[in-house]
Amino acid sequence: MRLELTLLVDGEAVTAVLDRPGESLLRTLRERLGRTGAKNACEQGECGSCTVLLDGEAVVSCLVATAQCEGREVRTVAGAVPGEVREAFAACGAVQCGFCTPGLLVSVADLLGRNPDPADAEIREALAGNLCRCTGYEKIIEAVHRAATARTAENTHTGAPGTRPLPPSPSPEKDPTLPHGCDSVMTEGRT
Amino acid sequence: MNTQLKDPNDVSVGRTKEMFHRPTDIEEAVSCLAAHPGAVPIAGGTDVMVGVNYRRLRPAAMIDLTGVVELREWSDEGDAIRIGAGVPYARIIDDLGGVLPGLAAASRTVGSPQIRNRGTLGGNLATASPAGDAHPPLLAAGAKVEIASTAGRRTVPAADFYTGPKRSVLAESELIAAVIVPKAAGPQQFLKVGNRGAMVISVCSFALSLDVEGRAVGAGIGSAGPTPLRATEAESIELPWDKSGPLGDETVERFGALVAEAARPIDDVRGTAAYRRHALAVCARRALLRAWKELLCDWN
Ligand SMILES: Cc1cc2nc3c(=O)[nH]c(=O)nc-3n(C[C@H](O)[C@H](O)[C@H](O)COP(=O)(O)OP(=O)(O)OC[C@H]3O[C@@H](n4cnc5c(N)ncnc54)[C@H](O)[C@@H]3O)c2cc1C
Ligand code: FES
Ligand code: FES
Repeated sequence: MRLELTLLVDGEAVTAVLDRPGESLLRTLRERLGRTGAKNACEQGECGSCTVLLDGEAVVSCLVATAQCEGREVRTVAGAVPGEVREAFAACGAVQCGFCTPGLLVSVADLLGRNPDPADAEIREALAGNLCRCTGYEKIIEAVHRAATARTAENTHTGAPGTRPLPPSPSPEKDPTLPHGCDSVMTEGRT
Repeated sequence: MNTQLKDPNDVSVGRTKEMFHRPTDIEEAVSCLAAHPGAVPIAGGTDVMVGVNYRRLRPAAMIDLTGVVELREWSDEGDAIRIGAGVPYARIIDDLGGVLPGLAAASRTVGSPQIRNRGTLGGNLATASPAGDAHPPLLAAGAKVEIASTAGRRTVPAADFYTGPKRSVLAESELIAAVIVPKAAGPQQFLKVGNRGAMVISVCSFALSLDVEGRAVGAGIGSAGPTPLRATEAESIELPWDKSGPLGDETVERFGALVAEAARPIDDVRGTAAYRRHALAVCARRALLRAWKELLCDWN
């Protein structure tokens, strides 16, 4: 049994060959295409660690059948997230074990694309589908505010549209003027 | 077989072209279902993929409904809105909150943003879980389900759609095409009891729909019976429609009690039958009070 299809992953056209119709996009990304940005924790839509953007909408890739994605655009954490969002997570201590982080980064990128300056309640609502067992969420919310401020500042300088994914930025340094009580610095790490 | 291999919509190669089908209109979708009995339709995948991932379901073939244009659209039919079975909750919330406030409120409580971007009314109805959140507002509003097969279309009132836990009148050869929901003719409310504020399967839920001109009450119950239920006795309660006076405590109490009586709950992991009845009475009273308050604001 073979089923072949082409999809766009993080800007690159890739071909996947499946042997059953119900294979999830998450599984295809990780196990056939070697793109391990989306994490697998529950495979039942509950945790959000596998969140990606499918044609620009946040979805849990474990519940999308890859075969539904012929010709569609998928963005994982590697291609969906502006530098300021990543930087803010690191600067605010919003990452501990890091397992939830890729999914959260994608959800935050999606949120800020729609709403450049969300209130706490809007952030909580937008991130309700992303579970984190470590941080207690407060630092994550701080990070979203920080990223929003940084993006607004960036966009005022360049006049760039709010939804444009930005290139990676250098590692953040501790900055005494950080807003929203962000005071920790994260060292580089991988999950 | 060979002729089918040339189908340009079919991405599969070799002998397995029957593994995944991508119809683009309903006629094609129902023919495909008729030609491949046992093929599993998939819309948002938020129910079906959980089964597949956990190997409870091992479909040999699937039919993708996300490419069927008619299923992805809603239209204004004058007195009612016709919502394609494949319209995701996120769009119901964004587009239909004004005309269908009850269904939109229920949609807002479904899962998470990711689930609401994908999950559909058609999937909720076909799964027919007693806990499905779309059911109570559809019952309260007197919605109808439009069903398609190679034999044509038929329309079934939501109240006759559900036949048992996860069972409905939908036959294997049929697809849900649309749901036709009368526009709100007065205040609508939806209340859901769950363990936390997001991502919960309801312990019980209640939807209320008031038709001011028709002096009619619609009441739908979720998660408190083998199927979603209409609280018919509660619906026939007398309300002071003629603005002759306030909504009396007695009326509110009685409404709550009638809704609780209409339920047929069981004890399960999410709650006991007694708790569900109690909570339903509270939800029903609260829904009526809130809806009436809204009405008084309109009147004054
Ligand atoms: C994490 C999580 C949270 C959830 N929270 C809620 C919640 O709060 N409230 C709630 O009600 N539900 C919830 N659900 C369940 C699910 O999201 C809903 O039932 C949703 O409406 C299913 O729609 P879908 O398009 O994803 O269905 P799918 O999974 O694509 O399909 C479900 C079933 O319906 C069939 N089907 C789909 N469309 C049609 C059609 N047009 N005609 C005939 N058959 C069809 C499929 O073959 C399958 O059997 C949740 C699910 C998850 C994973
Ligand atoms: S792995 Fe997809 S939501 Fe948990
Ligand atoms: S940082 Fe560990 S789960 Fe979120």
